[in-house]
Amino acid sequence: MTTETTDHARIDDSIATRREMSWFESVTRTQPFWVLLAILLLGLVMSQVSPVFLGERNLFNISRNFAFFGIMALGMTAVICTAGIDLSVGSLMGLAGIVTGLVMGAGWGIEAGFLACMAVSALVGLINGALIAYLRMAPFVVTLGMLAMARSIAMVISNNKMIYEFGPDQDLFTWIGGSSMLGVPNPIWVLIVLTLVFWWAYNYSTWGRWVYAVGGNPQAARLAGIPVERVLVSVYVISSLTAGLAAFLMVGWFGSVTNALGQTYELNVIAASVIGGANLMGGVAYAFGAPIGAALMELIRNSLLLAGIDALWQQFFVGLFLIIAVLLEQIRNRGRG
Amino acid sequence: MLELPLAGPGRARNDRCPPAVFARMLDPRPAAWHNSGRAAIGATDAEGAGEDRKTGMAVLKLRGVSKHFGAIHALTGVDLTVERGQALGLMGDNGAGKSTLMKIIAGNFPPSAGSIAIDDQEVHFSKPLEAREKGVEIVYQDLALCDNLTAAGNVFLGRELKKRAGPIAWLDHGAMYRRAATLFAELKSETRPRDLVRQMSGGQRQAVAIARTRLSDPKIVLMDEPTAAISVRQVKEVLDLIHRLKETNHAVILVSHRMPDVFAVCDRVAVLRRGAKVADKPIAATSPEEVTGLITGAIAAA
Repeated sequence: MTTETTDHARIDDSIATRREMSWFESVTRTQPFWVLLAILLLGLVMSQVSPVFLGERNLFNISRNFAFFGIMALGMTAVICTAGIDLSVGSLMGLAGIVTGLVMGAGWGIEAGFLACMAVSALVGLINGALIAYLRMAPFVVTLGMLAMARSIAMVISNNKMIYEFGPDQDLFTWIGGSSMLGVPNPIWVLIVLTLVFWWAYNYSTWGRWVYAVGGNPQAARLAGIPVERVLVSVYVISSLTAGLAAFLMVGWFGSVTNALGQTYELNVIAASVIGGANLMGGVAYAFGAPIGAALMELIRNSLLLAGIDALWQQFFVGLFLIIAVLLEQIRNRGRG
Repeated sequence: MLELPLAGPGRARNDRCPPAVFARMLDPRPAAWHNSGRAAIGATDAEGAGEDRKTGMAVLKLRGVSKHFGAIHALTGVDLTVERGQALGLMGDNGAGKSTLMKIIAGNFPPSAGSIAIDDQEVHFSKPLEAREKGVEIVYQDLALCDNLTAAGNVFLGRELKKRAGPIAWLDHGAMYRRAATLFAELKSETRPRDLVRQMSGGQRQAVAIARTRLSDPKIVLMDEPTAAISVRQVKEVLDLIHRLKETNHAVILVSHRMPDVFAVCDRVAVLRRGAKVADKPIAATSPEEVTGLITGAIAAA
């Protein structure tokens, strides 16, 4: 009897501790790993081609530029993981930036500006999420409508004028968005912290688990007692909040804001998420994929500039890489099936 | 000893001779004619009753359960009793009301009339979670698994184990893997907790879905066509899982189209036709032929 018990315990233990793949293997199976490899490769090539590339100034610019996209891609990744899409993030940047500018320009402090920025973002996310989760409307349609409406409201409330006065806290505001600590741009610090928060949430919170489940099989998630609607609302609110935060930082960096802020950024953000491994069919997302995907895109943009290729070509390559990323994902899925 | 032909719990196990039973069903001669030579079997009748007591009390009782969807009568006046440690096979043609009945028991929607009692306490479910709280677990036909999560992730979906330090709680992966491994070992399944469900065989997926029902130590496990979409080798695996549930004193209701599976694991079989129960008898007292006749309507009732 005793031997049998120990035997069972041993078998249980061996089953429980057995890993199908080593840690290294499981990492190499993820898309962000290969994108990171591509980044390093491209960096190596560029450092040989252009003497400016590894210069402190250039690296500083690259990292700051991609930080904004990386922050928004973190939120977009959660949306895409639920098999959704958020096209409204670019327009929301414009709206949130204008609201921040108006509040701070009216003499309020930076806290009020930040809260107003986050509040308007949360509201937009809430509307998106509620329409998608409770009225079961297609995310594409809802957020496309919001793309138009948010931009329009930004135009109306800004009276189509640029804002460059940010009241008593202007210096702090421009420092947060435009300056650096320990040689690293502040938006990058924000991106690092947020990436770690998202990584933790995806791996160690019930919310993260539920986002995966809703993306994998919403019907199963519902039957398991997961509040599917609330999870859906949460990802759209989070996506909007990251867009609002990116706007807040970006306006501080520019030192001014127009209602055109963030125009067509939704494309870059979606591309960064997808290149970072988020599967548009839902159920797959990596926290580290968002900054890595954003970094690759910025690196390509920067490389084109340094190689002397006209900046007008930039969006062409963003679109090209988006299509290639989805194509690669499909090929990998076919191999798996 | 008065014994009605082909009905009631008194049918002796060693009397199992399906073709003969089937032939007698269609035999117009009076029951007494069949029973004349069977007085001696009284002893086995008592044994059969004793077996029922051993395996426990009736855990689930349905009385006069009906369900109407508008003008459609999906179920009319169904009585059903399931006991601990027993498997009831629920059979019927498509549209006979099997799924409706399962969904009522699982709390997906309430019956239009009739009552449901669990351990002699009347229950009213308005959603599946309430049924789960009362000890009813269901394994859905499509299994309701998330392909992109691990076996353990699916077992604990919606009931994740957490560690807590002050206001922060996080998923306790180690505990979930260990507990899932124990559950799979109890089911004698080789499913590994860390494997993605996407990469699993049909039998392993069933094991995941069944292991999930055991988390809450339910009283009743409903299984909807668990062997419909898997290979022959895996069917045996699933039937073994059902045996294991019976051994651990769970009541099982098995909805299936597959006659051999029902006869392999069930103690009783109930047949629905057009929303009404037309038969409910020990498996030893019937035969695949008879059940087929009952399902199709060739035999009116038994």
